[in-house]
Amino acid sequence: MHLFAEQLLNGIQLGIFLYLVAAGLTLIFGIMGFINLAHGSLFMIGAFLAATLTDVTGSFLGGLVLAVIATGVIGVVAERLILRHLYERDHLDQVLVTFGLILFTNELVVMLAGRAPQFFSTPGWLNGSVEILPGLQYPVYRLAIIAVGAAVALLLYWIIARTRVGMLIRAGSTDRETVEVLGVDIGLIFTALFGVGAMFAGLAGAMAGPLVSVEVGMGEGQLILAFVVVVIGGIGSVHGTLIAALMVGIADTLGRAFVTDVLRLFMAPDTASGMGAGLSSMLIYVLMAIILIARPSGLFPVQTSRH
Amino acid sequence: MKTTTMMALAGALAFAAPAAAETVKIGMVTTLSTGAGYLGEDVRDGFLLAVKEEGGKLGGTDVEVLVEDDGRKPGTGRQIAQRFIERDGVEIMTGVIFSNISPVVWPLAEEAGIFYVTPNSAPSAYAGAGCHEDYFAVAWQNDSLHESVGVLSNDLGHGNAFIMAANYQAGKDAIAGFKRYFKGEIVGELYPALGQTDYAAEIAAIRDAKPAMVYHFLPGGMGINFIKQYAQAGLGGTIPQVLSGAGMESRILGAVGETALNVASTSHWSADFDNEANKAFVAGFEAEYGRLPSVYASQGYDTAKLIASALKATGGKVLEDKDGFRNAMRAADFASVRGEFRFNNNQHPINDWINQVVEKDADGALVLRSKGIVAPALADAYAGECALDWNK
Repeated sequence: MHLFAEQLLNGIQLGIFLYLVAAGLTLIFGIMGFINLAHGSLFMIGAFLAATLTDVTGSFLGGLVLAVIATGVIGVVAERLILRHLYERDHLDQVLVTFGLILFTNELVVMLAGRAPQFFSTPGWLNGSVEILPGLQYPVYRLAIIAVGAAVALLLYWIIARTRVGMLIRAGSTDRETVEVLGVDIGLIFTALFGVGAMFAGLAGAMAGPLVSVEVGMGEGQLILAFVVVVIGGIGSVHGTLIAALMVGIADTLGRAFVTDVLRLFMAPDTASGMGAGLSSMLIYVLMAIILIARPSGLFPVQTSRH
Repeated sequence: MKTTTMMALAGALAFAAPAAAETVKIGMVTTLSTGAGYLGEDVRDGFLLAVKEEGGKLGGTDVEVLVEDDGRKPGTGRQIAQRFIERDGVEIMTGVIFSNISPVVWPLAEEAGIFYVTPNSAPSAYAGAGCHEDYFAVAWQNDSLHESVGVLSNDLGHGNAFIMAANYQAGKDAIAGFKRYFKGEIVGELYPALGQTDYAAEIAAIRDAKPAMVYHFLPGGMGINFIKQYAQAGLGGTIPQVLSGAGMESRILGAVGETALNVASTSHWSADFDNEANKAFVAGFEAEYGRLPSVYASQGYDTAKLIASALKATGGKVLEDKDGFRNAMRAADFASVRGEFRFNNNQHPINDWINQVVEKDADGALVLRSKGIVAPALADAYAGECALDWNK
């Protein structure tokens, strides 16, 4: 029973982490209608900057905050110089340019930091496990990820649903021209939104740093999962993304944890571990396929009228 | 008119041929990009260090080393190998890092009748019945990396183990290699997907199974992810990891840091080996590149030194004297940084595998320190099926 509770918690934690990665993507892809394949590159930049800045400042929190801000600035610069010219172009052009940005960023990081995976030190107070239920140990750092993810979800909800800026963002994504006619500089809002999306990507990368290998190309695998989450949740829906991320995280973790055991009940152990490994790695894509058959626009589709 | 041109061409070729033979071209198909690019980088740098030491020669013969990146993609590897053979006329092919590249590069070399010397990847397919007189493996036969971990685990007195490998062919071979020698009970066996980044589910399963030790083969960044998360979960101190030389080397150690303290692994080489060749290599590598050599760098260096010894024996002839070059390669008369070096009949080395533990040196820096031989003269499991007869 403890094992099941722990695995469920692992699933929730993975879901929250996926939400962190996907939150920026859903802002940019969902609300602005812009396909940014380089979101994974921003994730990588966040991790590299956090690793370096933690080293320089000697403080994990200091490194984290600086890395998030710096990634946001890089995002804004990229948006102003390159990406804003693509908003009116079709998705293929956006894919081509942002794919080019991935290649460019990867080579740039190799030139600056080399190919070897980077060292990322974590502070002692985030290491180890705590007993959250009698007999159930859980890593402190993973609890920290859950806390940060929950905070980001609340913040985003508050901005989009409760603030004037959020209202303009929603209005701008539904009917850009009308909002512009009303005298709002929607270009400025989109730049800011892109910066915030980049900051979320940087935050996810920096938070992932102590858990995963900080290496060139580390963001690309995350990007695929993030797109799965955004598509399941309904493109542009902030709370849909959260629910989809949790579903994907839990399905993936429980699949890896228990599919093999279930198969073993009626199969030879060798066949079961082979099939179990295959099945569990497919599980989230099966989940996506089933949801999209039932609801082709995702769980919480957003109504837009694009011209 | 036509005839004169042809004759002139033939004349030019006749003059060109001996000139070309003076410089031996060596083609290096290796992996320099992707997350695993540092493996090829180290093999290349080790190899080129040996060439540089001789001022552009190996064994007294001028060599030209052509290096290209296969990006870990078999298709790219094939294109490069083809270009090396058809356009550049290389006589020796080397550099292959990953076992998915070997099956495209080696057959091309075999077809062209040139020598193939692998500094890293050596899959079982070419060690047993599929062995070949022009195929040499300098590092190991893949399985022995993991067989030696089985031996070390027995030595450390672990009665049972939780084992895990990436879900692909080399991962399955690793598990088979480990089981071939490990005498204890297997309490859990998992195959995470290639490229998986989150290991919370696996770590919870390990915590639940309470094994005496954990063995894993997770190539590239996967292993780094796992080691970091394992330490985060607080298991590093309670359930020890026993790893292969591919799972714990200096570059990985640099990325995971103190969390790897006391982790035991096996290797056929260590930077602290106390032989003249190794001391010169480590010092030379540091002076040239400003970093410590990894095990892959040692393999690149040994590959170049082996080729140098054969070139010296034949006076620079490779394809003009294939038998002579092959026999000299088999003799392996060079000072290896591993100390003793000898080939089995299948032209894969018989290595002494050592235990290597992560410790702190006097300055507090993390080092891999050799702790003596655990699997002496470990011959691979396939040599018996290889029909090569050296006395023929």
